[in-house]
Amino acid sequence: MTPFTYARAEDAADALRLGQASAAAYLGGGTNLVDLIRETVAKPSALIDVTGLSSEIEETEGGGLMIGAAVRNTALAEHLAVRTRYPVLSRAILAGASAQIRNMATVGGNLLQRTRCTYFYDTDGSRCNKRAPGSGCDAIEGFTRGHAILGASSACVATHPSDMCVALAALDAIVHLHGRGGARTLPFTELHRLPGDHPEFDTVLEPGELVTAIELPPMNFAANSTYRKVRDRASYAFALVSIAAALEIEGGVVKDVRIALGGVAHKPWRASKAEAVLRGGPATEQAFRAAAVAEMADAQPLRDNGFKIELTKRTLVAVLGDLSGAAA
Amino acid sequence: MSILINGLAVALPDDPRVSLLDLLRQGLHLSGTKKGCNQGACGACTVLVDGERIVSCLALAVQYDGRQVTTIEGLADGDALHPLQQAFIDHDGFQCGYCTPGQICSAIGMAAEAKRGVPSHVSADLTADVTLTREELQERMSGNLCRCGAHNGIIDAIRETLKSEIDTAEMAA
Repeated sequence: MTPFTYARAEDAADALRLGQASAAAYLGGGTNLVDLIRETVAKPSALIDVTGLSSEIEETEGGGLMIGAAVRNTALAEHLAVRTRYPVLSRAILAGASAQIRNMATVGGNLLQRTRCTYFYDTDGSRCNKRAPGSGCDAIEGFTRGHAILGASSACVATHPSDMCVALAALDAIVHLHGRGGARTLPFTELHRLPGDHPEFDTVLEPGELVTAIELPPMNFAANSTYRKVRDRASYAFALVSIAAALEIEGGVVKDVRIALGGVAHKPWRASKAEAVLRGGPATEQAFRAAAVAEMADAQPLRDNGFKIELTKRTLVAVLGDLSGAAA
Repeated sequence: MSILINGLAVALPDDPRVSLLDLLRQGLHLSGTKKGCNQGACGACTVLVDGERIVSCLALAVQYDGRQVTTIEGLADGDALHPLQQAFIDHDGFQCGYCTPGQICSAIGMAAEAKRGVPSHVSADLTADVTLTREELQERMSGNLCRCGAHNGIIDAIRETLKSEIDTAEMAA
């Protein structure tokens, strides 16, 4: 581990001031960053501990929820309003990591965790454009069972590892940020990037910019929502594919729907094409299948991950089937 | 600037790179807490902080100023083992014993989570009271690996120890 200094931020302004040091990094629960430092993938010279910032979950005036960036994953998953009004979010969090890690990890840190692509971690043996820009990618011609099928580039085929973020993408969440230019908000789906020519940037955050909160807008039909994760073992593994979905049916017709996919792309993948196919149409298995096919039309398999295309379609059809049963 | 470890105030390390695990093992010679993978994957280093289970290998000790840490060494009352320690012996909940301290600390944290109603990945109803079925225990303990294959004994030991506690909690609810 390369040496670093440690300072605890009192508030967002304090964090921004401390975060101006070159190669400074914000520290949440440390469940990803400490590992990255130990593996010399990350080499910050200063850690700014932001776990003392907002850890509140509050009702908003509009009927949504405001979630402080320092809220721990367990606290968010067990919050009664989340369990009843946004069950997809509780389920996504509970599908990720282990209980110990969920007790440590913060919401802000979950958003900014890095890919678990093994080539990204292999500092001694592998080229990686995300770790060392311009060095090349050894994953593309390598073992790609876990890699992206949507939105990848010739520079990077890594996937975003978070479960929680897939639910947030489906729920139209809003990210609250604090940077040198002041505060701003961003639709959650615009926070993470596709790799393009610059996979070293996971997000559109400016240098030193801090995630302060996540806002869930009101979404009544999200009470009928769920998360399904397909993985190589029954627990404590990253997703091969995952689906976050909320469904509203009226008289056999899809009134509204939200779908996001995990494990398939460099970012949590909002399935807008599938949603467009479904909205206003019949809530039938045939329609669910057509929506899944439409969303996956542009999927590009690598050597080892072609199975993900059909797996995603089938999982999506099954999830929508479950939700339509629950809504009927 | 100190951490309370099993009731004893301990100074924070000068070097912020020191993990809570290394502080325990190398700084304080509390070698009950084990270093397995050192990357948060195996759970052997699980300790309780203010009653909540965490993996101490990914915890930088400086982040835990003022917190109360309980390790496996802090569970027995003199020579009287913690009921869960005794149950692990009674049910053959280990062979080599390397994962055992983490398993036991994890199970104590898990019981507290279940008591306050935290659901799990396998809970059919997110808002129902928690009943610690075998399936629930397996899911809730999945962050602790045992390479000897003593998982069945581990689950048996936890079930026996928590049975009265869970029943009481359900009766009170």
